[in-house]
Amino acid sequence: MRVERWIEAALDGEYGEGLRIASRMLVAIGEAFEADRLIPVRSCHISGVSYRTIGEPGLRFLEDLASSGVKARVKATMNPAGMDMSKWAEMGVPENFAQKQFKIVKALESMGIEPTLTCTPYLAGNSPDVGSHLAWAESSAVIYVNSVLGAMTNRESGPSALASALTGLTPRFGMHVNECRRPTHLVEVEGNIEGALMFSALGYLVGREVGRGVPSIPSVRGASGDELKALSAGLGTSGGVSMFTYKTQRGLPRIKVHTRELLNIIEKLSTGSGGVVCLGCPHLSLAEVRYVLELLKGRRVRGTLWLFTSRAVYRRASSKGLVQALERLGVRVFKDTCMVVAPLEDMGVKSIVTDSCKAAHYVKLITGGRVQVSLMSREECIKEAIEREA
Amino acid sequence: MRLRGRRIVGGFGEGIALVLKSPISFLEGVDSRGFIVDPETGLEGRRISGRVLVFPWCRGSTVGAYKIYSLSIMGLGPSAMVCREADIISATGCGIAGIPLVDRVQPDPLKTIRTGDHVKVYADLGLVEVSKRTLRPESPPRRS
Repeated sequence: MRVERWIEAALDGEYGEGLRIASRMLVAIGEAFEADRLIPVRSCHISGVSYRTIGEPGLRFLEDLASSGVKARVKATMNPAGMDMSKWAEMGVPENFAQKQFKIVKALESMGIEPTLTCTPYLAGNSPDVGSHLAWAESSAVIYVNSVLGAMTNRESGPSALASALTGLTPRFGMHVNECRRPTHLVEVEGNIEGALMFSALGYLVGREVGRGVPSIPSVRGASGDELKALSAGLGTSGGVSMFTYKTQRGLPRIKVHTRELLNIIEKLSTGSGGVVCLGCPHLSLAEVRYVLELLKGRRVRGTLWLFTSRAVYRRASSKGLVQALERLGVRVFKDTCMVVAPLEDMGVKSIVTDSCKAAHYVKLITGGRVQVSLMSREECIKEAIEREA
Repeated sequence: MRLRGRRIVGGFGEGIALVLKSPISFLEGVDSRGFIVDPETGLEGRRISGRVLVFPWCRGSTVGAYKIYSLSIMGLGPSAMVCREADIISATGCGIAGIPLVDRVQPDPLKTIRTGDHVKVYADLGLVEVSKRTLRPESPPRRS
């Protein structure tokens, strides 16, 4: 791989330990994946923010890096933390966890990373232009910006996206190269698919089938942004997909999907019944927050209903009075976090109800099955929250 | 014996080889004191510090890269790594920790290197030098 002179100097430690580590990481990844050179990126999105996810080793790394005084050279945003940064006590997050979480966010902020604390940065002020090269982590956001917004990014990891933020560069391979963005499979969907649950199940199924391929799914053209957000999250969960496309070409292997297969997936991912109703994986958009309020039709929830969104959407929802109206009906609206990265067991949560196949998959995996999950459509989730006492 | 491969992270490291039979997850497969806890590797209970790790590739969470870093700064990390095919976790982890890493080594390092061999990794040259483990020397004949 060809490397700029200043990166060579950075590798030798001329610009300090932080840039030395960042450039060594990027060169290693570039060598491993046979990149030809490093290219500038317009923005970065960094995952691995929750203390639950990265633990002591991650905290240590971020604090060491921050103490070297290195700063982001391009716009960079943060994935969700393990708690709402102001309402953590109300969520039942233990004090000890909260202290560690504050340290992680502080270390990242001191390197110039914006505390957007969301998996939907494209709804929170980090919306890339068509054709712009990025270094984003968080698979659901990667797939959304590659596929829906036409930006170009590989599926980065937390540390590699951070290294790109600090250098402004990423190795050029994979999704940065047009030839790698051509469809590899054609997905034909039989029957009508609607709503977040079904779109996330479609993504989950297709991701499992195509591995690291680029599925062409022409039938989802015209779906809402929120449905495509759910599709992206499903696609990123079960495989190594970095993007989907509406374009197709002749001779592609076909994958036929029936709605009953999607219902099978939903049933397989469901392990429990009832519990805390959690919506917001990926984080809810403003339209989705409003839709939940509409579905409630002024009825109070008897169970527990938690909504998760970004602080950017929370602010907008709050200024329109939506948050206040929801809280009056007994709904809790949290920002900065979600059910996947919060320490659910430590918060005393034993089972959840959600409409996201991604959340179902990861909650089961991360808690080792100690937290049960049941999947329902968004409308059924609201009904559950109104009718059943948690 | 000399093996040739590809530099992923430069530098020099040497030590006794630990040859893992299976891909390794640093997040779950190695504990916080640097002991291997994954039985699949065939080397459960062995300590990685100061050793040259030889393995197929890394599996599991990319958070494993942070684990490699934190072990390394506590002085509990390996001195070098040799793998069949570098992946995002090994490249990132060795990159941040500054551990020499070489991959695509020919002939297959999992077949040619044995646990206990002394291995020198000249990562910038993509060179791996193996001194075969010598059998335990027999005790000298007793003088009568």
